[in-house]
Amino acid sequence: MSSTVQTHAPHAHSPHEHSGVAHAAEPKTNYLTANYGWKSWVFSVDHKRIALMYLFTIAFMILVGGVFALLVRLELATPAGDLLQSENYNKIFTMHGVVMVFFFLIPGVPAVLGNFLLPIMIGAKDLAFPKINLLSYYVFLVGILLTLTAAAMGGVDTGWTFYTPYSSTYANSQVALAAVAVFITGFSSILTGLNFVVTVHKMRAPGMTWFRLPLFVWANYATGLIILLSTPVVAITIVLVALERLFHIGVFDPAYGGDPVLFQHMFWFYSHPAVYIMILPAMGVISELIAAFSKKRVFGYPVVAFSSLAIAVIGFFVWGHHMFVSGQSTYAGVVFSVITMLVAVPSAIKVFNWVSTMYKGDVLLSTPMCYAIAFLGLFTVGGLTGIFLGTMGLDIHMHDTYFVVAHFHYVMVGGMVTAFWGGLHFWWPKMFGRMYPEAIGRVAAALMFIGFNMTFFPQFILGYMGMPRRYHFYPEEWQVLNLVSTLGATLLGISYLLPMIYLPWSLKFGKVAGKNPWGAKGLEWEADSPPTTFNFDKTPIVTEEAYAYPEGARHQPEAKVV
Amino acid sequence: MSSEHSHPHITPIKIYLAVFATLIAGTWLTYWVAYKDFGWLNTPVAMAIAIVKAGVVVLYFMHVKWQSKLTMLYAAGGFVWLLTLFAFTLQDYFTRSWLPVYE
Repeated sequence: MSSTVQTHAPHAHSPHEHSGVAHAAEPKTNYLTANYGWKSWVFSVDHKRIALMYLFTIAFMILVGGVFALLVRLELATPAGDLLQSENYNKIFTMHGVVMVFFFLIPGVPAVLGNFLLPIMIGAKDLAFPKINLLSYYVFLVGILLTLTAAAMGGVDTGWTFYTPYSSTYANSQVALAAVAVFITGFSSILTGLNFVVTVHKMRAPGMTWFRLPLFVWANYATGLIILLSTPVVAITIVLVALERLFHIGVFDPAYGGDPVLFQHMFWFYSHPAVYIMILPAMGVISELIAAFSKKRVFGYPVVAFSSLAIAVIGFFVWGHHMFVSGQSTYAGVVFSVITMLVAVPSAIKVFNWVSTMYKGDVLLSTPMCYAIAFLGLFTVGGLTGIFLGTMGLDIHMHDTYFVVAHFHYVMVGGMVTAFWGGLHFWWPKMFGRMYPEAIGRVAAALMFIGFNMTFFPQFILGYMGMPRRYHFYPEEWQVLNLVSTLGATLLGISYLLPMIYLPWSLKFGKVAGKNPWGAKGLEWEADSPPTTFNFDKTPIVTEEAYAYPEGARHQPEAKVV
Repeated sequence: MSSEHSHPHITPIKIYLAVFATLIAGTWLTYWVAYKDFGWLNTPVAMAIAIVKAGVVVLYFMHVKWQSKLTMLYAAGGFVWLLTLFAFTLQDYFTRSWLPVYE
């Protein structure tokens, strides 16, 4: 079959029309078996294969970032620098941040689940620009290779935020290389975001109106908008740092007439919306999980859809809340603080509506739903502590303490990562046609919830007591809480390793999944498991909303057996 | 490309040349006004010329003039967002001196 997926290539599904007799006796092929050999993967423009390449690459980066996290927590188990001294500790937490933010949290849900599912959910054969999709993967890979090279050549010690003057005047590590890596990785995001936006506008199947779209698609669309509008700014910022270093054009360095705080403005103009790039697709996943396992339409569907757009828009006007103690004008701080309170509203709408969706639904506590419920609790804690930090007066006390570290880990790890695992379990049978082992899946989800809270809840207390982030030593009276955190991190690590073992195991030994193992609504469950190369044998005609569950729908009795 | 893509607009070379001439003229104009003193208008004048030049590039070289309303909306959206970057950053710089300084 030709590789130009975008055209209306007729799908050859009736073997007797062709002379290819060999096909006749074989079962229907899917995207995994359509062709073989390494070239069929590395040059593939199939969104599903690209999604899998992203999945394996990102899984590797989770392990890399996880090792850095482990080193940080091991060092913090004792008050003194037993394992790492300041210089190396700075590099380790910086690499943990860079790897996790740019190579897992940002691309995690959109590039893996979004790439795989978005075209199927809207009834399309592929994304609008399949070749650009492949390009985005390779650009991403180049970014990773440069980052790992920077790490191997001595690392970076500025923190993942690359604040000037650490990253300019006082740079004493591989800052330039790491900055180039981030610059390049940004283009990978832009290409994915562009693809999603154009695809949702142009490729919806007949009858797939905007208000029939699954909320996962809405969330990824909103994410695409944020990516397109914000990512270029971080690229420009990196270019400006380079221009200043090379040609002494005064931008950020006061010696040349610049202002270091300007870097923070430009950096957070990207990086605050980037927080929503990370969490919005995860929220989309949660909408799907809660609807499917409550057997109900998402409560207030249009409001949840618009809340994604509201978060995307308002999220752009709050960046100054990262800069309350930076020397930013107090008046600007007040404005940013007020708008920060506003962005809590659409997030809260989502949480309330998810809970309302579960109300009187037939809630089935399978593994993905366990992750979804864990998300609700953890994200709410993360979101509400964000309100503490967005309050300008309180932030002066909390700024750069472990309270901040705990807050954003609750949102990012408790939120995005939990949703990622939930979504991966939920769509695993769709992606590979096999079920994961349910019992151990629930154990992993429960262990994650316990380990996560053990890791990060003590950090709220530590931060409130004044323990600053980014130091490898602390007074001895804080050791108990730090030790609890390190033990929790170990449990958390195990809970993340479990699916990395049993999911690949299930590829061979898992129960074969039918088209729709969950009895869920949505176009992706009408495609084969795994789907064929062009997803559907013929373009589906959509006649109902994505969550058209009948009133009082129940799960099949056999679904409740573990 | 698929049949969904309607025929792309073909711009006559004449228009490209006219745009090119406009841009060169704009560059000379920028150079010329740089040596005049308009007082506080110095920056606005230079920015006005630059905006006209950028507008011509976006409309003609980047073909936005012949695109759908949706594409125009997206192109305009980028500039609106750029303005928010400037506006919200400047609200910091313009108000920094408002706070009283206690010796």
